[in-house]
Amino acid sequence: MMASSYTAKEEDGHITVSGPGALRSRKPENTAFKQQRLPAWQPILTAGTVLPAFFIIGLLFIPIGIGLFVTSNNIKEFEIDYTGVDASSPCYNCSQSFSWNSSRPCTCSIPFYLEQPYESNVYVYYGLSNFYQNHRRYVKSRDDSQLNGDPKSLMEPSKECEPYAFHENKPIAPCGAIANSMFNDTLELFYNDPNGTKVQILLNTTGIAWWTDKHVKFGNPGRNSPNLTAAFQGTTKPINWRRPVFDLDADEANNGFINEDFIVWMRTAALPTFRKLYRIINKKSGMVPTLPRGNYSLEVVYNYPVRSFEGRKRMILSTISWMGGKNPFLGIAYITVGSVCFFLGVVLLLIHHKCGNRNNNADISN
Amino acid sequence: MGMDFSTLRTLISRYCVGEENWVDSRTIYIGHKEPPPGTEAFIQQRFPDNRIVSSKYTFWNFVPKNMFEQFRRVANFYFLIIFLVQLIIDTPTSPITSGLPLFFVITVTSIKQGYEDWLRHKADNSVNQCPVHVVQHGKVVRKQSRKLRVGDVVFMKENETFPCDLILLSTSRDDGTCFVTTASLDGESSHKTHYAVQDTKAYITEKEVDSIQATIECEQPQPDLYKFVGRINIYMDNEPVARPLGAENLLLRGATLKNTEHIYAVAIYTGMETKMALNYQSKTQKRSAVEKSMNAYLVVYLCILISKALINTLLKYVWQADSNRDEPWYNNRTDTERQRHIVIRAFTDFLAFMVLFNYIIPVSMYVTVEMQKFLGSYFIMWDDDMFDEELGERAVVNTSDLNEELGQVEYVFTDKTGTLTENNMEFIECCVDGHIYVADAICNGQVMPGATSMDMIDSSPGPGAREHEELFFRALCLCHTVQVKEEETVDGIKHGIHQGKSTSFYISSSPDEVALVEGMKRLGFTYLRLRDGHMEILNREDEIERFELLEVLTFDSVRRRMSVIVRSSTGELYLFCKGADSSIFPRVISGKVEEVRARVEHNAVEGLRTLCVAYRPLSPEQYTEVCHMLNGAKLSLHDRDKRLAEAYDAIEKDLILLGATAVEDRLQEKAADTIESLHKAGMKVWVLTGDKMETAAATCYASKLFHRNTQILELTTKRTEEQNLHDVLFDLSRTVLRQHGGMARDSFSGLSGDCTDFGLIIDGATLSAVMRPAQEDSNSGNYKEIFLEICRNCSAVLCCRMAPLQKAQIVKLIKASEEHPITLAIGDGANDVSMILEAHVGIGIMGKEGRQAVRNSDYAIPKFKHLKKILLVHGHYYYIRISELVQYFFYKNVCFIFPQFLYQFFCGFSQQPLFDTAYLTLYNISFTSLPILLYSLIEQHINVDILKKDPSLYRDIAKNSLLRWPIFIYWTLLGVYDAIVMFFGAYFLFDNTTFTSNGQLMTTNTQMMFGNWTFGTLVFTVLVFTVTFKLALDTHYWTWINHFVIWGSLVFFVVFSLLWGGIIRPFLNYQRMYYVFMQMLSSGPAWLSIILLITASLLPDVLKKVICRALWPTTTECIQSADKLYEGHLSEFTPLASLHAPSKAGGHRRGSGNQRNPRRSEPFRKKTMFTRWQKHPDYSTFTPLLRFADGHSKHAYSGGAGPETSV
Repeated sequence: MMASSYTAKEEDGHITVSGPGALRSRKPENTAFKQQRLPAWQPILTAGTVLPAFFIIGLLFIPIGIGLFVTSNNIKEFEIDYTGVDASSPCYNCSQSFSWNSSRPCTCSIPFYLEQPYESNVYVYYGLSNFYQNHRRYVKSRDDSQLNGDPKSLMEPSKECEPYAFHENKPIAPCGAIANSMFNDTLELFYNDPNGTKVQILLNTTGIAWWTDKHVKFGNPGRNSPNLTAAFQGTTKPINWRRPVFDLDADEANNGFINEDFIVWMRTAALPTFRKLYRIINKKSGMVPTLPRGNYSLEVVYNYPVRSFEGRKRMILSTISWMGGKNPFLGIAYITVGSVCFFLGVVLLLIHHKCGNRNNNADISN
Repeated sequence: MGMDFSTLRTLISRYCVGEENWVDSRTIYIGHKEPPPGTEAFIQQRFPDNRIVSSKYTFWNFVPKNMFEQFRRVANFYFLIIFLVQLIIDTPTSPITSGLPLFFVITVTSIKQGYEDWLRHKADNSVNQCPVHVVQHGKVVRKQSRKLRVGDVVFMKENETFPCDLILLSTSRDDGTCFVTTASLDGESSHKTHYAVQDTKAYITEKEVDSIQATIECEQPQPDLYKFVGRINIYMDNEPVARPLGAENLLLRGATLKNTEHIYAVAIYTGMETKMALNYQSKTQKRSAVEKSMNAYLVVYLCILISKALINTLLKYVWQADSNRDEPWYNNRTDTERQRHIVIRAFTDFLAFMVLFNYIIPVSMYVTVEMQKFLGSYFIMWDDDMFDEELGERAVVNTSDLNEELGQVEYVFTDKTGTLTENNMEFIECCVDGHIYVADAICNGQVMPGATSMDMIDSSPGPGAREHEELFFRALCLCHTVQVKEEETVDGIKHGIHQGKSTSFYISSSPDEVALVEGMKRLGFTYLRLRDGHMEILNREDEIERFELLEVLTFDSVRRRMSVIVRSSTGELYLFCKGADSSIFPRVISGKVEEVRARVEHNAVEGLRTLCVAYRPLSPEQYTEVCHMLNGAKLSLHDRDKRLAEAYDAIEKDLILLGATAVEDRLQEKAADTIESLHKAGMKVWVLTGDKMETAAATCYASKLFHRNTQILELTTKRTEEQNLHDVLFDLSRTVLRQHGGMARDSFSGLSGDCTDFGLIIDGATLSAVMRPAQEDSNSGNYKEIFLEICRNCSAVLCCRMAPLQKAQIVKLIKASEEHPITLAIGDGANDVSMILEAHVGIGIMGKEGRQAVRNSDYAIPKFKHLKKILLVHGHYYYIRISELVQYFFYKNVCFIFPQFLYQFFCGFSQQPLFDTAYLTLYNISFTSLPILLYSLIEQHINVDILKKDPSLYRDIAKNSLLRWPIFIYWTLLGVYDAIVMFFGAYFLFDNTTFTSNGQLMTTNTQMMFGNWTFGTLVFTVLVFTVTFKLALDTHYWTWINHFVIWGSLVFFVVFSLLWGGIIRPFLNYQRMYYVFMQMLSSGPAWLSIILLITASLLPDVLKKVICRALWPTTTECIQSADKLYEGHLSEFTPLASLHAPSKAGGHRRGSGNQRNPRRSEPFRKKTMFTRWQKHPDYSTFTPLLRFADGHSKHAYSGGAGPETSV
């Protein structure tokens, strides 16, 4: 700073009497930017200008909302809570006598009745309540490198996986709390034909995970090796799992880390009450509804304990529309905001008429 | 460092030697020669070398020292702590999120500082290594400047700059003088004469100089540039001769030798001890009101942050009391974690919450604010309107920290001479014993062709009077410090309008003197030159008269006079004295005092600057006595100034009055208009001047500070002589308050058509009596309060006869009064520096009294009239801009962080972040930073022309109105509302239903579930769009830059999200966003909900704006609407006052009592008015009509401004 003061300009003989010792070069450039006179659009928000916007928003949002609401209402959804809290529930016993080590799986069957036929594809979800998949300790408890098939991470799972990284000095594959707590109930649907036969409904296990997850983000170690068992050699299964990871599905393309049930589970839910896609029931060819009206039963292999944290388990059947699943909120919200806007538009119109005169603008332009 | 060592050394030597006189004086051996034996033995002092160190860092200490400096700033330190916490404990967000921005800020700052320091090193080196010629062993040797030592005899040539502080020994000129400019020191570019020591001035070759045996005793270095006391002991034949040394012998480092071939001088202060180096002290940092509110907000947000973290920690442990919630089977802790003590766990959790929410205090706000201020200040420098053709100067910004303070000024303290007036003196008349002489047609010191020499108004004076008259003229020709600049023949054409014999012109630091000497020239007596100590005058008969100049008793502002003692060719001795009337009259013993006094008062009322001239014939005995007194005073090392003043006082007495002069200082162009605008803008203008009361008052009337109907209250010595101060003060306050109370009642009944406003005149003596701290009797302690009370109720105050320090005192007094108003001081001279430094904003005028005011100011403008633009336009804009910037920054960070806070309630208080790391990091850095920065640089809510035309718009932003707590709370609540809408909007979409995506293509069968990252991304997308649109709604001035930046940053956000969502490989373990954004966008409901949530978030703000504008518009908003209506041509209409807001909004905002009448106007009247306005563009006819329009038209009147002034 001081040194720069040496270079202070030196004008020679600044004289009180003499004329201007002008330095023309100091004259600022007369550009629009430097003079802050750039051409500009200068809008002001007044009642007058905002009015049309409010009405337009109102007129747009209300129909959209109604459309959404109707669409959402047309979606058929059926939900069964099979936790087995009540003694009357078929799954009560299973829920009471739960043990991780029981070798014989507990099963229960819940009958239900569909009042309407489900026409198009039907999606089967399982829903959990009070399950904090978004807990920080839980969310980070995974090793994405391992899940991607990195052989190094397979044998040395990341520290984030603790305390689910090693079991009996063997690396766990897949490691971490998320994988360890994977939902392992088996849900099967049977249609009870009016003529008494029990028809198992075909549930599609694939096509439920994001394509990119299945094909890019997740990958088995030694992607090309035909033998998954060999690829997972030296690792152990997560403690709570009944089967090792290479034994999740008979289908090679849906086994190991790229098992879609596993991938779906690994995408942690945003809120403690959530649903995850479980299976898809494809529409049958012809005019036959996917799920006709009638009696059904849900057969559950009850493996997953939720009572300890007061959780609930549900099975949901749902059709979807162009806007996704059943979602009355969006429609209602649209209608609400639209009406509010419309109402405010009217209020503003009144204000505008009352005060417009005072603000001396409206009248002059006429 | 150099400084430290030298002070240390001084300290050590002080304690070692233990002698008193070492403390405040130093002894220098010229040429390092030992003093001859027999003299007092001095212990050689050690002095620093001549190295200048202005750099702060060295290569080695740069990193640690710079880091230390940077982390001393609270904000940086805060972010460092957050970063360290993130490194140490297990935190929700990666250290990158706070580390990267901090690293960026620190790096940019340190690169900038490093570069600046490198430049300083370079400058230091070039200065330290530049060659200097030193006399050694009778030869001139080249040396590097840094090797120069105290005692070296230096040889300097013309146009060289002095490398250290020197005592002039001899010069190439016969009379032992040299000329120097100190342009780089204080900006004064006039040539100043310095004198060689009388006894050494004959030593003119290096050999001779080398033979000088002398010691110099002088004070230790001190920063005052204009003060120096020393003594030189010259040993001639081992007999010491002592001579005084003063500032006139001292050549300062940084000054340049002019018009002198070469000089010899001895170094006395070197390196960091030179006066220039000592003078380089950083000014105390001024902080603007905006910055203060910003810091207050920061504290509020810090409290919010801490309480959020505390609440969450508390709730977490309440919630976790159930062990199945704390550790459900699917989510166990590790063993080490389990073993940790609960207190430590709780504390870590608290820290983790702090880290999670720390973005609420954004590091980027500081960077943005600094950039805004720095870049914004360029618009002031670039302003073409503030360029002065005549001076060739434009506005200068010395500190950009105060841009917005310019929009907050409540009190303006202005100097008179050179600020309000041009400081361009014209000799008007002189009066000798009551006879008046007028010199015709003298303008700017140049003589118009054909000017008659003089014009005598009075009847011809008698012979005695004639003698007096000539003495008067001679006195004026002799009693001055004007130099004659000889005109070079080449330059003859440039100043070719000279008439007659003179081919030279006058230079002086005081324009009055030049005007007087020029005036004398017109009256027949021409001052020719000073040669060999003789002043030469060309008298009316074209004869040259020579007077030997014996002593000059220089001017100072305390004595307010100067004298010379001369010896005429006939051997008579005279003392001529000229000075302010108040300092001359008491010393006069004869002369026509009454006549002269009458004339002086008459002239003063006219606004002329008057000086009185007196003389005193001296007998040789008296002269010897005078010489003795002066030398005695000059030789003393201690209290020389005091003793000199006493000596002067004793000499300048028993004067005989000759007459008086009158010089006009014209008002600066548009000074009146500017003052009027400032008044209308609600500022109180005070004039602080050293001038006479009458002169100053006349200027005040001319500059419309006082109006015809202003009731003048006087608080002057004259009045306090009659009554005592106590009574006067109470009298005045009673008058003012009565009127004020009455006015309030008047305005209530709506009858306050033309209330009188008050103007106060106070003089220096009375002021110091008022300011005197607690006196004996108890009831005088509150004089200050009463005085302030009076001042508050006066629209204009004139303080005359002010000493420089008193100016600062006044500013301080007002600053410290209970409202803590923002003050601005404007001045052009060295005497204004103290008040410029004291006021919140100091403005320097690039006047004719050097550059000291400019150097010490925060902003410098070429002319007083530019004050209008810099305050009303630039100040207003910057205030609007920065207040929006600050509020918006807090708002957008509330929007940003509050959803994360809400999310904690749904994730078990586990500190799970809602947004991805990349979003957390980039939100403030790149997604939302540029629009607000550009907004804060180019926003113009009202056109420049309208702002200038209607100063009262300034009142709309007075008292920091846009950064008040209610507005701050409004913004914060708006942020909270938006956050709630965003979060719960997304929550309900996710919670209630299967929020699935099918990309509208049923065939692809992709029914994917959305996870927590999608949830966050949805909220974040809404967030980015909402805050950007909010800014877009606030923007009133859409240039292509705004369009580019606003839409550009939204596009950037989308593009970035797509790219970031598409990359997986290198960041596999951190990449949680893979395809999340794309999946979200492929879902119809996501689009719909984004649109819905953005609309719902913006709705209340739009509504509030529209309704407020419709129902309670501020003046600004009315003007905006009107301008819109006239498509930008509003500024061409004159009476903008008609558009002023009804005062419901304005009344409490402005807080001043005189504008409270509510508007009662019938619509039809207005209609007629407006139709007439359209039909007849004859503005002046409208003003009466416009009065109906609203109660504020009085505004246009009460200012006393007819319509003619505002055009």
